[in-house]
Amino acid sequence: MKKEVSLVNLADGESATVIAFEACHGGSSRLEAMGIRIGKKIKKLGGMFLRGPITIEIGQTRLGIGHGLAAKVIVEPDQ
Amino acid sequence: MRKILLIGNPNVGKSVFFSRLTGVHVISSNYPGTTVEYTKGYTLIGQEKVEVIDVPGTYTLTPTCKAEEVACQMMAEGDVLINIVDATNLERNLYLTIELMEKKVPIIVALNFSDEAEHKGIKIDVQALSKWLAVPVVPTVAVTGQGFAMLTAEIFRTRARAVRQHSLVERWEDVGKLISRVQQIEQRRHTLVEWLQDLTIRPLTGLPMALVVAFLAFAVVRFIGEGLIHYLFEPFFANFYTPLVMQMSKLLGGWGFLHHILIGNLIDGQVDYFQSFGLLTTGIFIPLGAVAPYIFSFYLVLGVLEDSGYLPRLAILLDTFLHRIGLHGFAIVPTILGFGCNVPGIMATRILESRRERFIASTLISIGVPCSALQVMIIGVLGRYGAWPLLTVYLSLFISWLVIGFVLNQALPGFSPELLLEIPPYRLPPLKIIYIKLKYRIKSFLFEALPIVLVGVGLVNLLYYFGLFNFVANLAAPVVASLWGLPKETVLPIVIGFLRKDVAVGMLLPLQLTIKQLIVASVVLSMFFPCIATFVVLLRELGAKETAKATAIMIFAALLAGGLLNFFL
Repeated sequence: MKKEVSLVNLADGESATVIAFEACHGGSSRLEAMGIRIGKKIKKLGGMFLRGPITIEIGQTRLGIGHGLAAKVIVEPDQ
Repeated sequence: MRKILLIGNPNVGKSVFFSRLTGVHVISSNYPGTTVEYTKGYTLIGQEKVEVIDVPGTYTLTPTCKAEEVACQMMAEGDVLINIVDATNLERNLYLTIELMEKKVPIIVALNFSDEAEHKGIKIDVQALSKWLAVPVVPTVAVTGQGFAMLTAEIFRTRARAVRQHSLVERWEDVGKLISRVQQIEQRRHTLVEWLQDLTIRPLTGLPMALVVAFLAFAVVRFIGEGLIHYLFEPFFANFYTPLVMQMSKLLGGWGFLHHILIGNLIDGQVDYFQSFGLLTTGIFIPLGAVAPYIFSFYLVLGVLEDSGYLPRLAILLDTFLHRIGLHGFAIVPTILGFGCNVPGIMATRILESRRERFIASTLISIGVPCSALQVMIIGVLGRYGAWPLLTVYLSLFISWLVIGFVLNQALPGFSPELLLEIPPYRLPPLKIIYIKLKYRIKSFLFEALPIVLVGVGLVNLLYYFGLFNFVANLAAPVVASLWGLPKETVLPIVIGFLRKDVAVGMLLPLQLTIKQLIVASVVLSMFFPCIATFVVLLRELGAKETAKATAIMIFAALLAGGLLNFFL
């Protein structure tokens, strides 16, 4: 069965595919401009404690995403 | 004259490109959003003189912050666009390229960082890319100038294409198709640098490393600054300048109006650069003898930090903390710039997304971030009494910064946007860029600060000479004396602080204040009111209404902080 989690709950070092953005004001267009789109493969590098930003790798780029925004990015972990 | 616009994503090297094309040097760094305002320069292409404009970086033509708005407004003005594309990030960069093509302006694509792309195992079929886009594509390395001859040769041969308006989804589909055709990536193993990249953004290793970086930066700034003073500036003033000034003092007869203005008071028959307060003594010494060595060392270290790519990582580490005061992690960059001079610091708040954030960040920089000139003078005045008085000043400023940020975050409507930040790879800072940047910043210090220092010192002298000063002092004496426990003479430094804060702190010395009074005065001077240069920038960036609000907060904070220190110390 397919598993859906947010970027926040994805394990460190795990790869996944972006499948949805939860409704957020303007957030998804900012994400898309940075290359985070539905269907893209990403890899989570890590997260800061105390609800800090999540860092991911997408293609050749590394991005830091604030905790609240990352919680709205829904991904499906690769097998 | 035809106009060439340099357009591209943030941190693709547009400013280095611009400097190389025009010979006009602008600040470039290794983090997205170094350029927040456009810069113009000129160059010859063949026989024709053309205008080149460096536009702030943007990811799309739908702006998300002030700097990107500037970029989108500029779009309409170009005759030719050079779209600078990061070859190591082709996919994301091409989205903007396709968006730009729809504007039906002639475009040429520069594939920058092509050396780094090759190194990373990214192969790009330049011809196929050029054919698909139907515009010239030239691989470049802006730092070394590789590819520039070909670029300038092609620049006016490119024509606008009739591309229909696409939807967002269609654009990304095009990018996807294009990438699969022109780009091949060889997977390579993690290099040592990549391993370090991971360590510096993980909390357990990153936070201690950030402390080490901060400590090292501070130590190096101090080491270089002190070295310069000891081996260069002190000998120069002692052996060359002082005899010259003393000669002049004799020529002027040792007293009178001119002597008072130019040389000031002699202390025991000698020039005292901190206390004489003449235009040629203190007026020259404060900016050149005391502050300049530290401006040099601060901006040297800052330049290395900026170009290494460390600052965005610091932003990630500090994001959670800065959210408490209504900002997000990237606000650390303007804050650090503010420690050099508040003016570029406040300018840099344009990288923040909302007006609310920019208001909070600008206000906090004006209140709690002392610029290097002010710091040098505070250290000069208080440093002789050991570490505690200095620590008290810094701690008071930090606590004010924190408390005001916290209160503003609670009081202002709205919320702070989430961080979304590209983390550039670590790069070895190119020496040439560090050098150019340092030269540019020192020059702007000399040309912008020196005249105001001289005006300040001159004004002080005139006020003293004509006895106007007592009049001013008596007016404000109640606040100064009863609330802050300072002698009424400190009113003048506080007033002069509006011109230059370093001069103002210098004026405290002859007043024979106690340590406690010096601490209170230093804190009050730092917080009370922005210097005139900062005030002008605040007006321009925030508008009159918000500047008035910010200023009111500053005055209130200074009254309170000075009062509390006076009461508790």
